[in-house]
Amino acid sequence: MMLEINDLHARLTDGREILRGIDLSVNAGEVHAIMGPNGSGKSTLAAVLAGREGYEVSQGKVTYLGRDLLAMPADERAREGFFLAFQYPVEIPGVNNMYFLRTAINAQRRHRGEPELDAGQFLRIVRAKLKLLDIGEDLLQRAVNVGFSGGEKKRNEVFQMAMLEPRLAILDETDSGLDIDALKLVARGVNQQRATDRAIVMITHYQRLLEYVEPDRVHVLQGGRIVQSGDKSLALELELRGYGPVEDAA
Amino acid sequence: MSASTETLHTVRSLSQEGYKYGFVTDIEVETAPPGLNEDIVRFISAKKEEPGWLLEWRLAAFRAWCGMTQPDWAKLNLAPIDYQAATYYSAPKQNAGPKSLDEVDPELLRTYEKLGIPLREREALAGVAVDAVFDSISVATTFKEELSKLGIIFCSMGEAVREHPELVRKYLGTVVPQNDNFFAALNSAVFSDGSFAYIPPGVRCPMELSTYFRINAAKTGQFERTLLIADKGSYVSYLEGCTAPQRDENQLHAAVVELIAHEDAQIKYSTVQNWYPGDAEGRGGIYNFVTKRGACRGARSKISWTQVETGSAITWKYPSCVLEGDHSVGEFYSVAITNNRQQADTGTKMIHIGKDTRSTILSKGISAGRGQNTYRGLVRVQPRAQGARNHTQCDSLLIGDRCGAHTVPYIEVRNPSARVEHEATTSKISEDQLFYCQQRGLNAEDAVSLIVNGFCKEVLKELPMEFAVEAQKLLAVSLEGSVG
Repeated sequence: MMLEINDLHARLTDGREILRGIDLSVNAGEVHAIMGPNGSGKSTLAAVLAGREGYEVSQGKVTYLGRDLLAMPADERAREGFFLAFQYPVEIPGVNNMYFLRTAINAQRRHRGEPELDAGQFLRIVRAKLKLLDIGEDLLQRAVNVGFSGGEKKRNEVFQMAMLEPRLAILDETDSGLDIDALKLVARGVNQQRATDRAIVMITHYQRLLEYVEPDRVHVLQGGRIVQSGDKSLALELELRGYGPVEDAA
Repeated sequence: MSASTETLHTVRSLSQEGYKYGFVTDIEVETAPPGLNEDIVRFISAKKEEPGWLLEWRLAAFRAWCGMTQPDWAKLNLAPIDYQAATYYSAPKQNAGPKSLDEVDPELLRTYEKLGIPLREREALAGVAVDAVFDSISVATTFKEELSKLGIIFCSMGEAVREHPELVRKYLGTVVPQNDNFFAALNSAVFSDGSFAYIPPGVRCPMELSTYFRINAAKTGQFERTLLIADKGSYVSYLEGCTAPQRDENQLHAAVVELIAHEDAQIKYSTVQNWYPGDAEGRGGIYNFVTKRGACRGARSKISWTQVETGSAITWKYPSCVLEGDHSVGEFYSVAITNNRQQADTGTKMIHIGKDTRSTILSKGISAGRGQNTYRGLVRVQPRAQGARNHTQCDSLLIGDRCGAHTVPYIEVRNPSARVEHEATTSKISEDQLFYCQQRGLNAEDAVSLIVNGFCKEVLKELPMEFAVEAQKLLAVSLEGSVG
């Protein structure tokens, strides 16, 4: 089992409870989609799993590769192969995008007891991944996300995911606000990432991305709970009738 | 491996906690009795076998100092300094001046090894000539012969007084007069040694000249004096690195640096200052009161200051440019970090006198812990400075919520054709930035170091390459424990 979430409750520091008992199991090799209306707790779920501050887990348990995920600091989760593609990627002025990525990769490699990549080795991998994803080199020499358009930021997230090759990747609305070409690029990134020893969870508002990535499971998150799960046909169904009736069904 | 790269390896390896240079060298020293009066000034001058004119020069400085009071306009909170309790001369005891490295006290050489200056190997090192100042006496000067073939003089101040008195007499105190300010007057009275360099007309100095300062003896003020002259059409790049051992009491450091650039000459002066900053509660640490000033005497001359200030309990320092020559250029690039209880009041003065003079100021202040960081800068355009230009950019970065950043610009323009620009920003390292880095696998300290280095990038790129690497690592070391 890659990820096992049992009865997860989480609230904001002001006491508002956002997650109200999430149950979710993700196996290695699977792609899951979590859908839901605005305010249903999708991004909070991603943030809590990634270890962002500002949330309090009041109940429940999360097991990641047999370990207690919630007991690990955020950076350790990342080094253990847990990746979050941010909904709003952060700008870091003056820090070269390539330098940032190499620092991150080498931090993870050290953690795994692997030798660090030198500049030449790193560059070869970069070139290979760019080609695989059909991404231009234009983003590489700029400062991390600084002055990037919305689409460029998302592209950068997908590129980072491809470079870091995480065991478990969560994409937090990576598809929102993208034109069709950018959407296809995100899909390519996810499809490339698919492997028997990896898993992907796509958080999305729309069914659109699922036209290019075929999920094994689709879940509907509403009011801080997963109210319905099914195969990819559930996504199509949602597209037709909206989220409302699902709630009634739950 | 270069000298400075080795320095940083030493920094890394000596210990992972606390100040990295906190060792004391046990060697015989010759020390003047504590206190300051005319006899001490005479004692120092006699010890150094100085000519009469220099003794008179020192005494004039001392008399001026007696009538001055310590300036209090800086945004610094410091306990009164008892100038009569300090010792003003301390020198390693030696029978005669060393002729070669073999004659230097091996204990001293080991100290340099700890500092990472491989004196013995330096001849093999590519292009760094080191004039090492140990407390007050300059121990050995390397590469001197090679430089002298080009007519370049690079030696200790004491030696310059003996060997090149006409040059010293001609230039000493012409940029920073004896009575310039309280600390400069003190330095002029009691300066013990320092570095001297002269680059003859048309010569491009083929290597970076470098000085490492180190304060060793307890309660010893260090008052070095640096004089650097670039004659017409010459070029020199000068590096200065500073460390001091760890002690509970505060040590006083009041240096004076004078630069003179003649017509078409260029001086690039880079400092990485890592004096002991005191402990986390603010005990101990160096009081660093430094007067640095360069005069662009000739037309089209250029002086560029780059400083990375990570150490000292207190920093009071304003490397300045007096732009006398027409079309002369002054630059000031600065990174100043204050962590724990450190205080820094630093900046520059750009005095535009000649026509079409240009100056650039780029200051990056970083405050963490309970550190207080003030940029104080003056841009003055004199009536004759037709077409003068200045651009100033001051950026402050705050880490945590108990530190302070302050910007105090003074702008005086007396020529209507001048253009002076001032931009300032203040920002905080955001939780979002930290989390983003951590989510990619960086620990909190590496994340802060990465963000801070990005913030300082424009200044760091002005440093000579190997110095830049050292500076980057120092930034990380200085900010240890600032998050978490």
